[in-house]
Amino acid sequence: MSEAFQIILLAVDSAIRLSVPLLFACLAGLYSERAGVVDIGLEGKMLIGAFAAGATASLVPNPWMGLLAAVLASVLFALVHGFASITQRGNQIVAGVAINVLASGLTAILGNAWFNQGGRTPQLPSGARFNEIVLPFAESARAIPVFGAIYAEVISGHSVLVYGALALVPLTWFILYRTRWGLRLRAVGENPAAVDTAGLSVTALRYSAVIMAGILCGFGGAYLAIAQSAGFITDMTAGKGFIALAALIFAKWRPVPALGACFLFGLLDAVALRIQGVSFPGIGQVPVQAIQALPYLLTVVLLAGFIGKATPPRAVGVPYLKERS
Amino acid sequence: MSARPAPLWLIAGVVPLVNVAVAFLAAGLVIALIGENPLEALQIMLRGALGSQYGLGYTLYYTTSFIFTGLAVAVAFHAGHFNIGGEGQALMGGLGAALVALSLPFLPWPILLPLCVLGAALAGAAWVLIPAYLQAYRGSHIVITTIMFNFLAATLLVYLLVGPMKMAGSMAPETARFVPGATLPLMNQMAAWFGLTLTRTPLNLSFVFAILAAIMVWVLIWRTRLGYAIRTVGANPDAAVYAGISPARITVIALLISGGLAGLMATNEILGVQGRLINEFTAGAGFVGIAVALMGRGHPFGIVLAALLFGVLYQGGAELAFDKPKITREMIIVIQGFVILFAGALEMMFADRIASLYQRFAGQPVSA
Repeated sequence: MSEAFQIILLAVDSAIRLSVPLLFACLAGLYSERAGVVDIGLEGKMLIGAFAAGATASLVPNPWMGLLAAVLASVLFALVHGFASITQRGNQIVAGVAINVLASGLTAILGNAWFNQGGRTPQLPSGARFNEIVLPFAESARAIPVFGAIYAEVISGHSVLVYGALALVPLTWFILYRTRWGLRLRAVGENPAAVDTAGLSVTALRYSAVIMAGILCGFGGAYLAIAQSAGFITDMTAGKGFIALAALIFAKWRPVPALGACFLFGLLDAVALRIQGVSFPGIGQVPVQAIQALPYLLTVVLLAGFIGKATPPRAVGVPYLKERS
Repeated sequence: MSARPAPLWLIAGVVPLVNVAVAFLAAGLVIALIGENPLEALQIMLRGALGSQYGLGYTLYYTTSFIFTGLAVAVAFHAGHFNIGGEGQALMGGLGAALVALSLPFLPWPILLPLCVLGAALAGAAWVLIPAYLQAYRGSHIVITTIMFNFLAATLLVYLLVGPMKMAGSMAPETARFVPGATLPLMNQMAAWFGLTLTRTPLNLSFVFAILAAIMVWVLIWRTRLGYAIRTVGANPDAAVYAGISPARITVIALLISGGLAGLMATNEILGVQGRLINEFTAGAGFVGIAVALMGRGHPFGIVLAALLFGVLYQGGAELAFDKPKITREMIIVIQGFVILFAGALEMMFADRIASLYQRFAGQPVSA
């Protein structure tokens, strides 16, 4: 097997790991925004989820309990966002900023007060984390040329959350485009007045979408704290919620392209990690920051309308006010 | 009998005060949750922030930055836009000031210093130019583009500070020191010119700039033709068109002013205190600006008061973290979050109830 092939496999493998939290958050944002609620609080919900997962798994050494806690914490924040944006018809963006700021402050202060480790949660033992799953025959398959290596390096050896995230893409597609709830969800994001006229509750539909976003952000947070790492560290999301938002725009609010966008941004992250200090023939060293900046830069270029047009759901960001007779 | 609008003092005075009080109550609960006494914490904070010349100096030094970033958010709000990119624009303001200070060190200070301040404002404005243009002429949402530009500014600054602009021989990501003519005098130095003795704190001349900026923003928004156009576009862009105002043009102008104000935040930290460009010097001041602008309801007077409150919180919070290690400095971020939530997103939650209470006492129906 050639060395280049091996490098590509490793890069793809680490791109998958890095794109999973983006994918969870991106799909979370997709449910919320397709229903007409702008969600720039993905970052905060993921952060509080990561904290809840790390804290719980350190007390109850069971990753599933950690995941449950992450989902509950994130949904709680989502409900605050929903209450402000749907019930109170407040500014959805301001509500999202509040969620992010609150999560960043609360995780740091509670983490420090409860665990006395400068905001970290205690290092988790292996049994309290989602460990890597080696798929059947992964080792023996290595003997098969090309496919064997791909199977052993890239497809096998991820935690259950990675496979879950990937399965979520077709599932989300199915829910959005092939179920009644999905149709209504999309309708409420495009034309809530029509949904209301049809006798459906705009409020209930939007709340269900916001809760869905909370659940998925909880998964993303749990992945960061108890699958990818062995505990929560301060500000562990480090802007991933915003990259996910960028990916959502990049994917034009569609589930399958969301997978592509998240993988692309994950790959850029993986490449940025690998090229540090590497000199390329003819170019010399490429600054890491140039690659780190690419997701943001690409999103701005896309938003500017130079590579296709990203049209958001029509009613996104607009609180729905039922007409009074 | 038809309901008439509630009086201004109720909506612009009582309602915001109730909102902020609820935010502080929520923060107090968090302090109680981690097993400390909220009232004692409040006392330590107030004493630390206002109880000495030293504390007061630090409080006003923090206030300076928040006035600039708060005004920045408010000017954009008046035009109907949410400039969430104050953080990045302030970082670029620091870069602008540093570029002037480092490239023209031979100039005498009466020329160099104003150029440095101008550099900060222009660089801040330049950083919002692309998002503003895209919002105005291509409809790209300013919130998303300015978030992206925050990250771009942060990565650009890291690149420059570990690469081309790094001081030779230093391990830290920082530039060389500016010449003395490119730095603002500290307040205690200025007091000494008049024979007064003040404790040395980071409080510097930029505090005066911030107050002047607040007055100028008030004049701009409520006493000039441009300000009228900005408020018209913010209130109703369609009506603005009929009034002969171009919403796109006004959007760009308002956002440039907003970015310039955010950039001026760097005069406090970079020209006033550091005397060199360092990484992450904004320390979240751009986001505090959002809370400050919401709390001050977009009015410069309210913004100065709200900035002062956050100045008290930052300085008092530092003292509190020193006295009570369990209540770390992040407590300020929690309070900030609650303020943004209750004074921003849930702004009208208590308004109806307060209006109906008022109605019961005033004896006439009002609507909030």
